[in-house]
Amino acid sequence: MQAAEMNAMRAAEGLLALSQQEELVDLQDYPLSASEDEGDSDGERKHQKLLESIGSLDGKKRWKLAERSEASLKVSEFNVSSEGSGEKLLLSDLLEPAKTSSSLAAVKKQLSRVKSKKAVELPLNKQEVERINREVAFNKTSQTLSKWDPIVLKNRQAEQLVFPLEKEPASFVPIEHVFGSWKARTPLEQEIFNILYKNKQPVTDPLLTPMEKASLKAMSLEEAKMRRAELQRARALQSYYEAKARREKKIKSKKYHKIVKKGKVKKALKEFEQLQKVNPAAALEELEKIEKARMMERMSLKHQNSGKWAKSKAIMAKYDLEARQAMQEQLAKNKELTQKLQVVSESEEEEKGTEEEELLVPDAVNEIQMCTDGPNPWMLRNCNSDAKGEIQKDPEQPPEPMVQEVSESEEEEKPGGEEEVLLQEFEERRSLRKSSELSKNAEPVGSQKTKDSSSQEVLSELKALTQKLNQKNCQSKKQNVNLVKTVLQGQREECAPEEEEPLLLQRPERVQTLEDLEDLDHEEYSQIRELSRPVLEGERTERTTDNQTDASKGKKKEQMIDLQNLLTTKSPSVKSLAVPTAIEELEDEEEKHQKQIIKEAFAGDDVIRDFLKEKKEAVKASKPKDVDLTLPGWGEWGGIGLKPSAKKRRRFLIKAPEGPPRKDKNLPNVIISEKRNIQAAAHQVRLRELMTACSVS
Amino acid sequence: METVPRPGKGVPLKKDKLQAKRKKPRRYWEEETAPTAAGASPGPPRKKKKNLELRRQKLKNAHNSKKSWSSKKSQVTKKSREQRRPREQKNLREQKKPGSQQSLSGAQDPFPGPAPVPVQKARKFCRIDKSKKLPHSLPKTQSKLEVAEALEEEISIKAARSELLLAEEPGFLEGDDGEDTAKIRQADIVEAVDIASAAKHFDLNLRQFGPYRLDYSRTGRHMTFAGRRGHVAALDWVTKKLMCEINVMEAVRDIRFLHSEALLAVAQNRWLHIYDNQGIELHCVRRCDRVTRLEFLPFHFLLTTASETGFLTYLDVSVGKIVAALNARAGRLNVMAQNPYNAVIHLGHSNGTVSLWSPSVQEPLAKILCHRGGVQAVAVDSTGTLALNCVPQGGLRLMAILLPQPPKCWDHRYMATSGLDHQLKVFDLRGTYQPLSARTLPLGAGHLAFSQRGLLAAGMGDVVNIWTGQGKATLPALERPYLTHRLAGPVHGLQFCPFEDVLGVGHSGGITSMLVPGAAEPNFDGLESNPYRSRKQRQEWEVKALLEKVPAELICLNPRALAEVDVISLEQRKKERMERLGYDPEAKAPFQPKPKRKGRSSTGSMVKRKKKVLEQEHRDKVRQSLEEQQKQQKQQKAKPTGVQPSALDRFVR
Repeated sequence: MQAAEMNAMRAAEGLLALSQQEELVDLQDYPLSASEDEGDSDGERKHQKLLESIGSLDGKKRWKLAERSEASLKVSEFNVSSEGSGEKLLLSDLLEPAKTSSSLAAVKKQLSRVKSKKAVELPLNKQEVERINREVAFNKTSQTLSKWDPIVLKNRQAEQLVFPLEKEPASFVPIEHVFGSWKARTPLEQEIFNILYKNKQPVTDPLLTPMEKASLKAMSLEEAKMRRAELQRARALQSYYEAKARREKKIKSKKYHKIVKKGKVKKALKEFEQLQKVNPAAALEELEKIEKARMMERMSLKHQNSGKWAKSKAIMAKYDLEARQAMQEQLAKNKELTQKLQVVSESEEEEKGTEEEELLVPDAVNEIQMCTDGPNPWMLRNCNSDAKGEIQKDPEQPPEPMVQEVSESEEEEKPGGEEEVLLQEFEERRSLRKSSELSKNAEPVGSQKTKDSSSQEVLSELKALTQKLNQKNCQSKKQNVNLVKTVLQGQREECAPEEEEPLLLQRPERVQTLEDLEDLDHEEYSQIRELSRPVLEGERTERTTDNQTDASKGKKKEQMIDLQNLLTTKSPSVKSLAVPTAIEELEDEEEKHQKQIIKEAFAGDDVIRDFLKEKKEAVKASKPKDVDLTLPGWGEWGGIGLKPSAKKRRRFLIKAPEGPPRKDKNLPNVIISEKRNIQAAAHQVRLRELMTACSVS
Repeated sequence: METVPRPGKGVPLKKDKLQAKRKKPRRYWEEETAPTAAGASPGPPRKKKKNLELRRQKLKNAHNSKKSWSSKKSQVTKKSREQRRPREQKNLREQKKPGSQQSLSGAQDPFPGPAPVPVQKARKFCRIDKSKKLPHSLPKTQSKLEVAEALEEEISIKAARSELLLAEEPGFLEGDDGEDTAKIRQADIVEAVDIASAAKHFDLNLRQFGPYRLDYSRTGRHMTFAGRRGHVAALDWVTKKLMCEINVMEAVRDIRFLHSEALLAVAQNRWLHIYDNQGIELHCVRRCDRVTRLEFLPFHFLLTTASETGFLTYLDVSVGKIVAALNARAGRLNVMAQNPYNAVIHLGHSNGTVSLWSPSVQEPLAKILCHRGGVQAVAVDSTGTLALNCVPQGGLRLMAILLPQPPKCWDHRYMATSGLDHQLKVFDLRGTYQPLSARTLPLGAGHLAFSQRGLLAAGMGDVVNIWTGQGKATLPALERPYLTHRLAGPVHGLQFCPFEDVLGVGHSGGITSMLVPGAAEPNFDGLESNPYRSRKQRQEWEVKALLEKVPAELICLNPRALAEVDVISLEQRKKERMERLGYDPEAKAPFQPKPKRKGRSSTGSMVKRKKKVLEQEHRDKVRQSLEEQQKQQKQQKAKPTGVQPSALDRFVR
């Protein structure tokens, strides 16, 4: 509302100003127009002008309004003034004729209409407009910029900025994408590509050669694992088989071999029979094979005279004719069988064979007979070995093969990898058993006694040690305890093998953990502790009863004792292997030594006393001092030998506040300076700074 | 059918995805399960007759911790972006997917992504107490704290991951069952170890120039030694290459390397001299006179000298300025050691006390009464050096608040002292300063040294005894020595070589380099102290070290206290500031009247004007104080006094 009124006012003023301007313009225009109308008035005008110029001589332009005194013809329209009328002259008043005429009503109306119409508002001041524009622009831009605020804030808070801030992330483009549009142009490139293609090297896409791909394909992890497992299994099986074969090969028992062989034969026969039923042709072939094998076997010299029967016959042949004959027969048969087959009829063959047999037999028999004089080395060896083998095997072998077999079966069943572990275990067990057997044998003889004696020795030595230590001082009680502990340990450990027993002696020194050490320290300064405990108690009483003086006195005494104790505690001397020798000492060294001796001689209690004195002084100096404001002579007599009364002193004594307790209050051997380190304090954070950091910034 | 997924040419993305989704048979080169973290490597065989192993070093195992920093930052920013703009991230991921999934050959990465780190391992390296909640603060601070926390987490993970690279194991020496290791002689050890390690045992027979003191450089590669009668030499002791050998024609009391092997400080009879590795005298520091012992604080670049006159002087080597000269008021100083954890200097005195010093405080930080006789030797355990490195400086103050506690494993600090009362004591430096163990030695130990892994060596006459603890940085058990060795003469200097299982002993007969299995840290930080560094690397390191120099005023007993909030009043702060600067920076300058001309600037008028101003000021002050008083009175009056106490109130119970 107010703004509107103001505007209206302003508009009115503007109008007024306009009208004045118009008048002025009229004034300026006047001479031109007047010259035509009135020539007479020229003189008067000049006169007027002259007057004006004279009037304006004194520097101030005077605007003299001519007074309208009486009616005259000459009325200057410029001199019309509304003075005295009391109200403003309006335009309509000017228009109003002396008499009201109806013809002017229309004009009047028009005028009123014009008046009623609101004048166009004046444009604002340039400055103001600019100001408004500025404001608006500022608001707009600040609004647009405000969306960057968080980013700016973040950047301001960031410890480090790297420009450009919005860095494009390095994109990883596969090389084939890069090379997609690229083609080989130069001859060199082409050549290279030719070579690559020739070798089937992938240029673009898969980047893996077919071989690699194949290998990748072939080798999935599962497959690889399976394959590996298979291979392992095969290898394991092979090794088992080999081991088994080796073992079986080593077995000397003929019976066993016989059984095995028989079993094999039986198996072969069974198979053969089955084959006969199924496939006769194959069976025939097999038969031939079997036959051939048999022949081969028979052809070997094995069966000449190595059988049990043959051997017994060979022994008997010397005395028994029948036996000799039987043997001969056997040999003959052997000969016959081993002879190369000729394409002759069987009968002829037989005849020839018999003949030859007769020829051949005597040699062999003779040989044997000749050999009977002396011991037959072959026979002997055989016998011996047999006997030995039997003797050795009897106690040991029955369990061993069993175990082995068991282990074999286990091993075969279990998947690879564990075989070695199992084998190791078995070996260990076996060795253990053996050793235990050995030890069992040895045990009854002396183990008990040795153990007993050793333990007794340990005990006696420990006793001796403890005695010594007891003699030394009370401080070593702890060690004593340790020793006792170790004794107990030793008794406990008697069941352990003998080898460890020598160790026990060294235990007490060697087994010392940090805790033990600390314990030792505790022991060492237990006296101090004991003394310091009363101090603490004293403090407590002080707090409770507020009886300061007594407590402090007591404390001081204790402090003294304490310190004495501290420095006089006997510490164990070191047992050094190399004791320093003072043989090769130079002159100055000797001098020094002399000095040292003197010093040592004079060192003593005064050190402690001095220190305590120093500490007392330090404590005194650091204590805040009381301010004594008593003025002697005020209110009483003063002079030499007269002291102000106690009451007065008490009244004017300003007691210093009790400072915090000293850091070295409970440390008798230490003086810690209570002085502030001003230089360092300058670098410290002050409370006010901290407050500003936490709240203002 | 082809089962191998391969990068299809021009195959749209969808198809690719489908192919990837389809379950394909596992290949033999693919792992069945996710790979577990590398298991514990099989330990060395323990049951051998003489288990003896000297650690060998490999350059490739240099553990570089700084590299991890740079890569980590980017990860952190990525993480925050993920939180802020999930949509964009998703887009990115989609774009990346095909590329990351398929390689050129079609084979898949069997171990995609970074190696997983078990939580337990990472926790070992974590320095933040996660259980503590962050203090309430404005978002800006909050975000900073979060970033710091994320950073810390990353660091711990990186450290846990790179722990794998610390492949070297410390050496050890084990006797037979029941055999005392102390009986094993150096010759036996030399016989048992490999040639390279055996070469580290050697003797230098230098009988002419008296008892020797020696020092190893921080990398453990170089050694310098000085005889009492002026013989000074520096050499690369591994290759036995002599760098320089001079005679300074003056008694030499101590020698020490500065920050690198290129500079050595020699405490000569009168003054302190500094030579380079060519033997050229660079400086003669006359303000440090009659120096008996030298120490170098590597992180602060401070050369500390203890003199006969009883002064402890800190010389800043980087700028050549004497930072502080403190009067110990305890007579001749000839026992000094530094605490590597907090760079505090330990001085041993003839009255049996050990005092701890910092350059910024004029009096000892602490005084410990250790022995009845004078203190002969002091040594401080070297553990905790890592903790010092971790103290953040400058800008990361807030982070410092976040890191209140170092891991527990670093928190073992021991000091060994030996006195004229023939005692050897090991003190706890963690605030209590109480002896943890003590032993009486037949002849008091004149020299002590701690190795990196906490072995304690003591030189007693011509014998060196070495004690060991149960593990790294544990209290050495003084019951029985780990090794003993007899030398050609009385021991005069003793130091363990860093990163090598070697103990250097200087004695009147020369120098002996002993083999001490298990003495040194097996793994070194290649960026911090690399024994194999080239000249260029050394120069680079030098620049970096100088940039990271710790100001001398930061040396205090508890370096962690620097990260704590200082609660003092404003007045006290002002006072301290005045004390620190030596003047009051906020004080108003006293009024100085301007000189006037025409005879009006006589002395009398000047004084008058001054007086006038002074009086005016005084008047103002008085007026102000009066106003304040009145205000207070008014306030007191305004306070309701309540009901007037009546005389009968006294009967109220």
